Order: sequence, then structure tokens, then C-alpha cells
Amino acid sequence: MNIAQPNTYRAGPDETGRFGLFGGRFVAETLMPLILDLEAAYEAAKEDPEFQAELADLGKHYTGRPSPLYFAERLTTHLGGAKIYFKRDELNHTGSHKINNCLGQILLARRMGKTRIIAETGAGQHGVAAATVCARFGHPCVVYMGTTDVDRQKPNVFRMKLLGAEVHPVTSGAGTLKDALNEALRDWVANVENTFYIIGTAAGPHPYPAMVRDFQSVIGNEVREQLMEAEGRLPDALVAAIGGGSNAIGLFHPFLDDRDVAIYGVEAGGHGLDQVNGHAASMSGGSPGVLHGNRTYLLQDGDGQVLEGHSISAGLDYPGVGPEHSWLKDTGRVTYVPATDQEALEAFQLCTRLEGIIPALEPAHALAHVMKLAPTMAKDQIIVMNMCGRGDKDVFTVGDVLGVDL
Amino acid sequence: MFWALIFEAADVSETTRIDRRFAELKKAARPALMTFITAGDPDMETSLAIAKALPAAGADIIELGMPFSDPMADGPAIQAAGRRALKAGQTMVKTLEMVRAFRETDQDTPLVLMGYYNPIYIYGNDRFLADAKEAGIDGLIVVDLPPEEDEELCLPALKAGLNFIRLATPTTDDKRMPAVLRNTSGFVYYVSIAGITGTKAPDSMAVSEAVERIKRHTDLPVAVGFGVSKPEQAAAIGRNADGVVVGSALVRAVEATLDDENRATDRTVAAVTEVVEALAQGVRACRLMAAE
Repeated sequence: MNIAQPNTYRAGPDETGRFGLFGGRFVAETLMPLILDLEAAYEAAKEDPEFQAELADLGKHYTGRPSPLYFAERLTTHLGGAKIYFKRDELNHTGSHKINNCLGQILLARRMGKTRIIAETGAGQHGVAAATVCARFGHPCVVYMGTTDVDRQKPNVFRMKLLGAEVHPVTSGAGTLKDALNEALRDWVANVENTFYIIGTAAGPHPYPAMVRDFQSVIGNEVREQLMEAEGRLPDALVAAIGGGSNAIGLFHPFLDDRDVAIYGVEAGGHGLDQVNGHAASMSGGSPGVLHGNRTYLLQDGDGQVLEGHSISAGLDYPGVGPEHSWLKDTGRVTYVPATDQEALEAFQLCTRLEGIIPALEPAHALAHVMKLAPTMAKDQIIVMNMCGRGDKDVFTVGDVLGVDL
Repeated sequence: MFWALIFEAADVSETTRIDRRFAELKKAARPALMTFITAGDPDMETSLAIAKALPAAGADIIELGMPFSDPMADGPAIQAAGRRALKAGQTMVKTLEMVRAFRETDQDTPLVLMGYYNPIYIYGNDRFLADAKEAGIDGLIVVDLPPEEDEELCLPALKAGLNFIRLATPTTDDKRMPAVLRNTSGFVYYVSIAGITGTKAPDSMAVSEAVERIKRHTDLPVAVGFGVSKPEQAAAIGRNADGVVVGSALVRAVEATLDDENRATDRTVAAVTEVVEALAQGVRACRLMAAE
């Protein structure tokens, strides 16, 4: 589907929280007053220099920003095409980009006088980041996590517990990220007076998609400056992995109006797009629907029942995607492609051996596309890929697949 | 605003079974007992048999749940009912077939479809409204469509002659109440707890105050649900509410009679009607109790 091209891709959402057809506020009435309060509080915070200064200070001294922009020289030589840079957000405190968003939301929760924090998590990266900011600011934290994910992400489960969070295993559905989100929403409805829900990705009801995007845009803004310094120009291509899409929108958004920058979002192709319910590529293999507060591309059956999806990566194993990505797909501004479990595993190993960087399985999907893209580009062209998480948490999963008993 | 004017005019000439039922009950000076079951739980044939048995057991209005994979506002009992129905092959098409089959023998009991937006959206909004109306549905309750999203389904539903019943909650303050009530028809559904279905018991004093508060804003009947399971509770709430909704207690009665593979047994229908009979007694006695 292609729709009329806007003058700018950076103006959304509109006042109803829509990016074209997508987004919105599809929530129960119990939550609606709070969602409106949150929107007002966020709009005020955004314009408040004190809020922005506190966030920037925490980013610098707590997270370790700016994260480096690293030229992956051996990988570039190996692939024989465009120059490949990694945005090293895996070097952040807690090991992924998730901390950028959690710091923003915890400051907002405090401004709103909310004392109890809840979060959902798939791979555990967002859960760890949420538990971390709760420890830092002294708030109780409950993290909902599907039982399947609890099993495959044990190190992160223990990390959250060490940080003082309560981890609630969710048994409904397939026990993955979608089910964790449902359970977090149920908690929120029941504890709406004192509870702030730190959503981990750029999805959910308005204003979450825009708010999370804004907190993650520090990634793309830094890349602009760092690449100007290193190369004196903008990149030719950006590549990032898409689960809900927060690391990707954070990298992409500052470049959306630079039409010469090609942008690629890489979805989890799982066992392949031809496998029914065997992938988590909601845009490449789904259709528009309404779930978790917004309209977006969803994996669903013909009766509107949402499918579970599959990916080797617990962080990409989500049947929806942030609504702004759905709109960017339909406008054609961003190209969304799948990478399979197998391709991600190969990229994981290649990066580890050639660069001495163990990527998380999520950015390994992005890297799988870089491996296809770089050789088709000229040697003086530049790709920036978001290395959004480190792979320590995934060594058990990868060991399993490679037949190594840890 | 344009639509709102037209609907006010239309409401006068076209009343639904819901409007007529509340008018009758007002004359009888008692609140409505509204019963929720999930369509297709544990299978379509059994849930149709339950639905057909509900009016004789004392149900004044029937809410039929449209099963959904991700019921964010429901507690464990109704979540499980939805899973059983989906596993048994329930679809929107079958739910509407069930409604037609119900209407073959009952032209009077109001039927309300309750659920989440996505299965409706995927069925196609216009097609859904036309088919639901034709099948004999009187109203809709769609949990994840707040007034901010009225243009999606609420306004087209009113135009199609269906009631669109809105949820008001403990977090809906006086400032927001008019927005929630605008474009609402049939009745207002007061969610008695901040929470999910069938988990906490509501405080009947607080509910009574909330019902009075809503009645200051509207002439529509006010029904109360989300935590009501026992006849005494139903009686207490029914003293000033115009309707009492019970769902999880019925769904639990279904669950308790199933065999090891979640199949219906010869106890299933009777177990539900027994619960409803007890609730109906509570609801019918409540205004007498209040008068004493």
C-alpha cells in the first residue's frame, strides 16, 4: 500500500495520536483519564529545560552517553562493499538502548507523583533497564515476563531480581512478550492511582509511541554529529532491527527528512515468511489491526485473533510493531525486510569472530541484512547499523542451537 | 456534533429491545439482571442452549462475549472461557449464527455483544453492523473503544440502529463524564472497580454513590458490573442501579462442570441457570428490602 507523500516525515503524530491510519488510543475507559494526564505531563516535560537537563545529565553520567560510533573495519573488508559503522548502544549501562527510554519515563513518573512502576519484558533487556532505574530512584518495580521467555533469558531474570524487582511469570497464551503486555495492562487497570507503566517499545496507546521515540532519538541525533565528525557527511543507509521498533525509530527519526539516506528496518523472519505463525515479521507478513492500544500491522488470523509469532530472539518475538513504523512502511519512506533465525545466527557468529563484539540476537538480525546490503554498495558509501544490545544474555540460546552444552 | 443531532432525533422514533426492556422494568420497579456468557464456551451448541435457558431463569438482558485472543480487561475466568471458545472453533461468523438461532425462539430478550475491537475491525465494520443488526443484536459494548475513538464504530453503530453502550469507571470524573455519555445509548455500564472482570468485590456504598453521580448527568439507565457474583451483592447494588451485570460467576459455573478435556457435561446448562435463578431472586427482592 502506498499513500500520499507528506512534506515532512517528522511531524507525527497528530493530536489524536495518529500516524496516518495507525496509532490512536484504543484503551479501556479506566485507563483513558490517565493516558490524557500522561500526555499533558509529557508535553510539559518536553518543553521544560530542567527535565531535559536532568535527562541529559543521567544519560551522560549514568548511561555513558554518547555511545561510540565505531568503524567495523574487518567486517567492512570481509563484505567488500560499503563502509560499516556500528552505533554502540550495547555499551550503555544495562547493555542495551532500553535505558534511554527508562530514564525518561522514570523522571516523568516522578513528576506525576506515581510511586509504583510496572513493565513488560521479552528478552529481559527492558525489564533489566526498568528494574535498574527503579533501584536508582527507589521505587518498587513489578516486571511481567512470559514463562517461555523466563526460561530462555535466565540471566536477565536473575539480574532483575538482584535489582529488587518482582518478576511475574505470565502463563497465558504462548508465554511471550504479547502475553506479558496483556498482564501488565491488567495490573495497570487495577492499580491506576499510584502506578506508572513504563512501556518498553514505541508502541501502545498515544502518547507512548511518540514519547518512547523521542527518548530514543538520542541515538540518531548522536549518529548525525558523530558521522559528520568522522566522515564529514550523512550515511547512505541506516539499518536497525525491529521488534516493537524503539531502537530503530530512535536511529531513523532524525534522518527521515534526509531523502538520500536509505533506511532499512529488519524484522524477525523466524523459520521463514512462508511458515504460518513461524515468524514475527508483522509488516512483511501481517495486516493492520488493533492491539495493545494502537492500530498497527499485526500477525493475526482471518477472524482477528492475534497470533503469537516466532523468533529465536525473545526481543523480536512480538506480533505487532510501533504504529509509526506501520506508517513509514505504507509511505514507502522506510524499507522493511525480514531476516531468518538462521541468518541472524550466522551474523551473530561472524560479528563475534571478526569484530570481537558479541551482539544480542536482536541486532544480529540487523547485521544479517547489512551482510546482504553492503556488498551491493560502493566502497565509498556508508552504512550505520544500530548495535542496540549486547549478546551475553543470548549465549545459552545460541549454545543450544549450535549443540553446545553450557 | 452533526451526527449527535441526527441520532437524538432518530432515538425518539426507533427504540431497541433494550430501551423497551428498561421501560417495562421501570414500571415493575425492579432492576434488570444482565447475564454475560462467552459465545462458544465450551462449544457453540452448549452456549446456545445456555443462552436459550437464561430468560426463563430470570435474565432480563443477555450479554454475549465475542472471544478474543487478548482480552486485556478480563480476569482469569473470562480469559479461560475465551480460550475454550476459540479452541472449540468459535468465530465471529459463528457468534452471529448463534444470535440468529437464539432469535428463532426469542424475539424479546435484548442481546448485547461485548468484546474487543479487533475481531470486529477484521470482520469489517460496516459488514459487522449490518450483519449484527440483521441477526437480532440490540447493542454493543466494545471495551477498547473510548469516546476518543467514536468515529471508528460508535457513530456508525448508532446510525445502523444499534445501541452503543459505554463503560464509565471509578476513574471517570465529573469533568470527563459528559464526554463518556455523549453518543452513549441503551444504558450506561458502570465498571464498579478499577480492575479486571471477576477479581475484586465492589464496595456497595461507593458504587451507590457512583450510580447517583452518573444519574446526575444522564436519564439513561445505569447498570453495574465487573465484580458482582453473589445474590446479596446483586441485591445491594440493585437498590439504586437500574441493572446488575454478572459474568465471571456464570462462566465459572460453566467451567466447574466440564470434563477433563473441557467438554460440556449434562450438568453444564443447569449449573448456569441455577446461579442465575439465585441472582434473579436477589435482584427481585432488593427494592422490597430497601422499602422495609
